[in-house]
Amino acid sequence: MKDFGYAAPESLGEASRLLQHAAGSVKILAGGTDIIVQLREGMREADLVVDVKKVPELQELTFSATHGLRLGASVPCHRVYEHPQLVAAYSALVDASKIIGGWQIQSRASVGGNLCNSSPAADTIPALIAHHAWCEIASPRGKRTVAVEQFCTAPGKNVLQKGELLVAIVFPPSLSHSGSAYERFIPRNEMDIAVVGVGSRVQLNATGDTIEFARIGVGAVAPTPKYAQEASEWLAGKPATEEFFAQAGELAKKIASPISDMRGTAEYRTHLVGVMVKRTLLKAAERAKVFINH
Amino acid sequence: MAKKTVVSSTINGSSTEFLCEPRQSLLEVLRDTLHLTGSKEGCNNGNCGACTVLMDGKPVLSCLVLGVEAEGAKIETVESLAKNGQLAPVQQCFLEGAALQCGICTPGFLMATKALLEKFPQPTEHDIRFHLANNLCRCTGYDKIVKSVQACATAVR
Ligand SMILES: Cc1cc2nc3c(=O)[nH]c(=O)nc-3n(C[C@H](O)[C@H](O)[C@H](O)COP(=O)(O)OP(=O)(O)OC[C@H]3O[C@@H](n4cnc5c(N)ncnc54)[C@H](O)[C@@H]3O)c2cc1C
Ligand code: FES
Ligand code: FES
Repeated sequence: MKDFGYAAPESLGEASRLLQHAAGSVKILAGGTDIIVQLREGMREADLVVDVKKVPELQELTFSATHGLRLGASVPCHRVYEHPQLVAAYSALVDASKIIGGWQIQSRASVGGNLCNSSPAADTIPALIAHHAWCEIASPRGKRTVAVEQFCTAPGKNVLQKGELLVAIVFPPSLSHSGSAYERFIPRNEMDIAVVGVGSRVQLNATGDTIEFARIGVGAVAPTPKYAQEASEWLAGKPATEEFFAQAGELAKKIASPISDMRGTAEYRTHLVGVMVKRTLLKAAERAKVFINH
Repeated sequence: MAKKTVVSSTINGSSTEFLCEPRQSLLEVLRDTLHLTGSKEGCNNGNCGACTVLMDGKPVLSCLVLGVEAEGAKIETVESLAKNGQLAPVQQCFLEGAALQCGICTPGFLMATKALLEKFPQPTEHDIRFHLANNLCRCTGYDKIVKSVQACATAVR
């Protein structure tokens, strides 16, 4: 690895100052599971690495049924899926954080780092889109917010400007009668990159048979993870049945513009979007019904 | 060259100070500076698990941790397992279960297993395979490893 300096600021202000005023290239380090590999392999370069794990706002995990969830950008995945209340309230996020790498990766890797690395196949991003999450960004000019589906701009690129950092990901409250799920298609059971990844959330009516609204996020089939807007909006008011979920899957295929690579051809990936959208909607609806019966 | 930093951590129970450059991984520090060569370098990119150590009780890949990040942390390596020449139960079970050939992967498996058995004293086969998915072995095949972990769970119980 090329030589670099290291700083571990303990406040947001100090972190922002370092990022803004550093001479040369600066890279932020959270869990390091992407950035250390990229620095070592020369895919990225840094004169200074700023470790943001000690900034209290970035380690915050606050959940309340009324206010929703505030997830500090460097909270590692294991804290997400070990949190008893998040398992039911934000199931898609929990599903995604459980399958990132193996256990050793999950001890360090953060949801914020997964988002900022901005891979088209990143597992948490479709789940964040399904949850309608927002990014809170600290910039030298103050704070701004960006919807997750607008955060990534190209493979490995996002809206962050020099001097900015992601502080937290903010989730609206999970309403009763709602459920969510994330699944990815991979050729083996564990430790692989998504061929297609889909996160879905549905809000059902009080009896559990009609969809009030839905949100579907799709990964690995376009240069950035996508919000399947047409399919999501189409589902509002429809019966929560397999047939309608399958039709939503067909609609979601329209946003897929995949590449062909050794993991799958473009045609195969597009087909999988339909399958995975239907599957995750069914699972999300089942979960929503479990919570209705409670 | 960036200035070397003094890092203080607790390694295998003893307070330890070492000097390292920011770009050095914890794995490099353990092996080259502290001469704790039990942790192995397989891939150096997070895929094989041979470098697994426990950091504040959690299994991590020491090739994906910077040495400077170990400041204030509690690190446990495979060297912490045997006491006074007496193998730890996990080591004994791997030995008796023939769960190793060349042994490159073994320290990583042992440390991940130690963490696994603390989390699940009676793991199912699924728990074992899921939690050891980030540890690769080129020689043994996984059945012997899984059986050894199961034997260890029974022995410790
Ligand atoms: C063996 C292995 C398996 C993996 N498996 C998966 C997988 O199954 N699914 C998957 O999606 N990913 C996987 N990954 C990739 C990686 O683990 C994830 O993307 C992880 O969530 C990144 O989080 P991190 O905290 O380690 O990020 P880091 O590596 O610390 O940072 C990632 C990027 O985000 C930037 N960054 C971090 N925090 C901030 C911030 N607060 N503000 C601005 N920028 C920031 C960094 O500068 C860097 O560019 C795997 C990686 C490895 C090595
Ligand atoms: S050497 Fe660290 S995971 Fe392979
Ligand atoms: S025994 Fe050789 S790699 Fe596992």
